[in-house]
Amino acid sequence: MDKDEVPQDAIHTYGGHRKLFYATDKDGEYLGVQSSGWEAEAIATGSALEELDRLRADAWARASRGETSPLEYYMVLRRMDVALLSQTSGLWQWRVRRHFKPAVYARLSDRVLARYSDALGIDIATLKILKETP
Amino acid sequence: MTTPEPLNAFQHRQSAHCESGVVSSMMTHHGLAMSEPMAFGLSSSLTFALIPLVKLSGLPLIAYRMPPKFIINGVRKQVGFHLHSQTFRNADKGMDALDRALDEGRVVGLQTSVFWLPYFPEDMRFHFNAHNLLVYGREGSDYLISDPVFEGVVRADRASLQKARFAKGALAAKGLMYFPEHVPSTIDYARAIPAAIRKNERIMTRAPFPFIGVRGIRGMGKNLRKVAADASKRDKYLPLYLGHIVRMQEEIGTGGAGFRFIYAAFLRESAKLLGSDILKEGAAKMTEAGDEWRMFALRATRMCKGREAMDIPLLDEILNRCADREIAAWEVLRQLPGVK
Repeated sequence: MDKDEVPQDAIHTYGGHRKLFYATDKDGEYLGVQSSGWEAEAIATGSALEELDRLRADAWARASRGETSPLEYYMVLRRMDVALLSQTSGLWQWRVRRHFKPAVYARLSDRVLARYSDALGIDIATLKILKETP
Repeated sequence: MTTPEPLNAFQHRQSAHCESGVVSSMMTHHGLAMSEPMAFGLSSSLTFALIPLVKLSGLPLIAYRMPPKFIINGVRKQVGFHLHSQTFRNADKGMDALDRALDEGRVVGLQTSVFWLPYFPEDMRFHFNAHNLLVYGREGSDYLISDPVFEGVVRADRASLQKARFAKGALAAKGLMYFPEHVPSTIDYARAIPAAIRKNERIMTRAPFPFIGVRGIRGMGKNLRKVAADASKRDKYLPLYLGHIVRMQEEIGTGGAGFRFIYAAFLRESAKLLGSDILKEGAAKMTEAGDEWRMFALRATRMCKGREAMDIPLLDEILNRCADREIAAWEVLRQLPGVK
């Protein structure tokens, strides 16, 4: 990649930052060039973020209808899945899934909630109720 | 443990990738000037791997470089210094140990989770546990951080840094902190460079598994054809899969083209150090491979966005061209004495 061809597309996923890329001058000598981003990268990151948004909106909608517990929503909000939440909370996957049942979740002790609170970085009082907006 | 030698004030330098950046800054700070590409190349860290059986959020594991800690350990072996490294079961003890090392005037490397680092922009925060950074001091309750992928120095409060160091899950850091001791002031490049290239040539062209190295690149093309032929995966999974490939190639701090440009930069720097035309030609060939990878990313993302028709045979063809060009680079590099 020629140093003048390093994309400077000012992509939104960089949040105003610039990353370093390696590119060549006319003699083939390499140098580090800062880039404000490449559209191709923005599309790839964007589609991953859109998928996360979709999962979040979906979990929120189901939680607000009482089909799942707020836990699933907060898990998705923290960009985790059941496997990761299980690892970070130290609870078995089947237990995490069981806690997606609103009735079971409502009866959870603060001791168990504290493990979710620690894993998700969200305080217990917040975890108990669904946020008003997704 | 010995008391550290008096060092010059720490200087932050932006890098493309976290681990090679940390190693390069660390060596330079300890009096052995080393560029990021040199750290990457000396550790023979270039690879390609596609492992469909290992899934991350439902997508296969794809890697363009060797696993975490490979760079630091590779450079340690080639340069010959002692790495003091420590993990902790207790998070408070881990933070206390960091404080002590900082009070001794050391610059300390940490493995962390990107998600919990407060200075990362929202869109870049994913659960990746093997992000390396350097802590060079404390001010009040803040830690002063040189994160290699950022333009300037950053800060994190104690609670956030603790969470980032002790996040659980795949590749959990367990509070890993490290710093070098007894760094020599010179490297025997004439020995180290061919040895490092030789090792990397084995990884890329003679891996015992078909999903690693150049064969793995062709395998990814075949895998794409397979996914595209599956009606249940074609519409939703295929675009996510393509996006995932491009993210691994470009987004995660690879210096462009899945580390191919960093490696080419290493070859070019080596060519100068050793006065070798073979290395110079190898660098040019690796650059061509990198350019082809960029073409793949461009076309694949356009297809995902519907800006051009989905054409998996074309993407397969581009991947085969990437593989051909990488083979051509290794064929040149094999002529370097000590490589074959």
